[in-house]
Amino acid sequence: MMRKVAVIGAGMTLFRRRLLETGKELSFLATKMAMEDCELEKKDIDMVVMGSAPDAFDGIHMKGENLLDGAAATNKPYVRVFNGGGTGVFAPIAGWWHVASGVADICLVVCEEKMSSCFPHPQTAFQHIWDPIIDRPLHPNLVWLFAMEMNRYMTVYNIKKEDIARVAVKNKRNAVGHPCAQLPDEKITIDDVLNSEVMAWPVQRLDISPPSDGASALILCSEEKVKQFSQDQIWIDGVGWNIDSTMWTNRDLYFPRYVANAAKMAYKMARIQDPREEIDFAEPYDPFDYKELHHMEGLLLCDKGEAPILTREGVTQRDGDLPICPSGGLLGVGNPIAATMGQKVCELYWQLSGNAGKRQIPTDPQVGVGQAWGDIMQMGTVIVLRRG
Amino acid sequence: MKLEVMTIKKEAYPKYAPGTHVSNKDIINNNITYSWWEPEVQYSWSLGPAYSRFLQELKKGRIIGRTCKKCNRVIVPPRMFCEYCYKPTDDWIYLKDTGTIETYSISYLDPNAKRIKDPILIGVISIDGASPQHGFMHYFNEMKSEEIYIGMKVKAMWKPENERTGSITDIKYFKPLKGGER
Repeated sequence: MMRKVAVIGAGMTLFRRRLLETGKELSFLATKMAMEDCELEKKDIDMVVMGSAPDAFDGIHMKGENLLDGAAATNKPYVRVFNGGGTGVFAPIAGWWHVASGVADICLVVCEEKMSSCFPHPQTAFQHIWDPIIDRPLHPNLVWLFAMEMNRYMTVYNIKKEDIARVAVKNKRNAVGHPCAQLPDEKITIDDVLNSEVMAWPVQRLDISPPSDGASALILCSEEKVKQFSQDQIWIDGVGWNIDSTMWTNRDLYFPRYVANAAKMAYKMARIQDPREEIDFAEPYDPFDYKELHHMEGLLLCDKGEAPILTREGVTQRDGDLPICPSGGLLGVGNPIAATMGQKVCELYWQLSGNAGKRQIPTDPQVGVGQAWGDIMQMGTVIVLRRG
Repeated sequence: MKLEVMTIKKEAYPKYAPGTHVSNKDIINNNITYSWWEPEVQYSWSLGPAYSRFLQELKKGRIIGRTCKKCNRVIVPPRMFCEYCYKPTDDWIYLKDTGTIETYSISYLDPNAKRIKDPILIGVISIDGASPQHGFMHYFNEMKSEEIYIGMKVKAMWKPENERTGSITDIKYFKPLKGGER
């Protein structure tokens, strides 16, 4: 019998292109903030889950071991989980099963990423994720992959770039209220995005989130212990994860069916029958502006091809009917891969507890969904949080 | 659950943003202490029966796939098992060296994210004779960036036989298929 799992604390560091602190130190800073939030100390933590993406960014093989001291994990049960960009939501899912299974009452989840160590640009590390036999001899750049997916999505539904650029504008404006944000911009316009440098058509510079350093932390607690922390709880109501074939040239990229599979798994657990009606806001993974739209459709929050229309109509604004990425997302707050748990899961907790400050959704949200996406356009990770 | 049970302290989270930003200027002016490492690693992959045959056939100027009778799939690049029905694949099958552009990008970035002036045309080609949307990534050429479109019919431009090495790059690029060409 699965136990109910609550979120009782969250923390995150500044997100910047380069931070002075080491990965361990960033993990410590995020963890310390989360512990202060629920007034816990290291001795109170039963188990620790670390999320961090490719070792190649840091040049430290098996970096989970390198980071553990900063994650309050010495002499505790500890595991690092990793599925590329999906990690930021997968790590709290792993934390959830530590508590739901009954092996831990309090589980700390720490996500850390330092992309600046790979110099001069982390893109060089991304070369090593491609299939070495049929992809790598062509010397692909990772941006190509997303440009090809974006083009397929745009072409299938006849979507204008202008309607995709609206996502970048919304998220960079939303990020203005976030103290950790790397690229907040309250004055950005659609024209700024459309006139930015073409990197790999249809991807332009302002369509992409920046590489970042940063860390985030979350503390999960069993139902038995949660009463001592607060009267009102934010529960993890559903989790889902799913992966499609690595043979990405044998799949139609217009729709992320693996995200839909993960969403269905999470919604079933959360007893959500009509996600459009029952979900109040969402934090879909937005490393590129089109990905927010692609993932809204994957999360079954709208019909296929409908997300750009909802965005144009203002439905996805913070004060709209379905606020999307009220945190400012990866586009506005930054993209330290695994550490984006700060926007995708910590933000759900802050919004649902009414503590999101300037970013607070005004309509008193009760249910939020967070999602991340990773590996070679194949991994979907989904989490549903509910106040109650 | 009603709003009145919301007794949680209303504050703006995260309350602060720990961490110290380092700018490019700080690096150039040597304001930070850092260390440096350049790994020297080499790899040699043995390619297994499916990819080995695929690359050997490319050397001969042919594209080969595998069939999965259970899924009614003609698979390229070939593999010895079907990842969906999880059975061994059945037979080798020669495919055409023509196909359709499924998607593409016009890239002004080289592999290291350095800017380039003349864009690289790159995309996914579904190969004629294979199942829909079954193909691989490759370059396009002999077309301008404003001429390329999704759905365009293309044909492989092979390297001369004596320059082929058994690699995906034995095809130099895909070019527009001309009328009457097969």
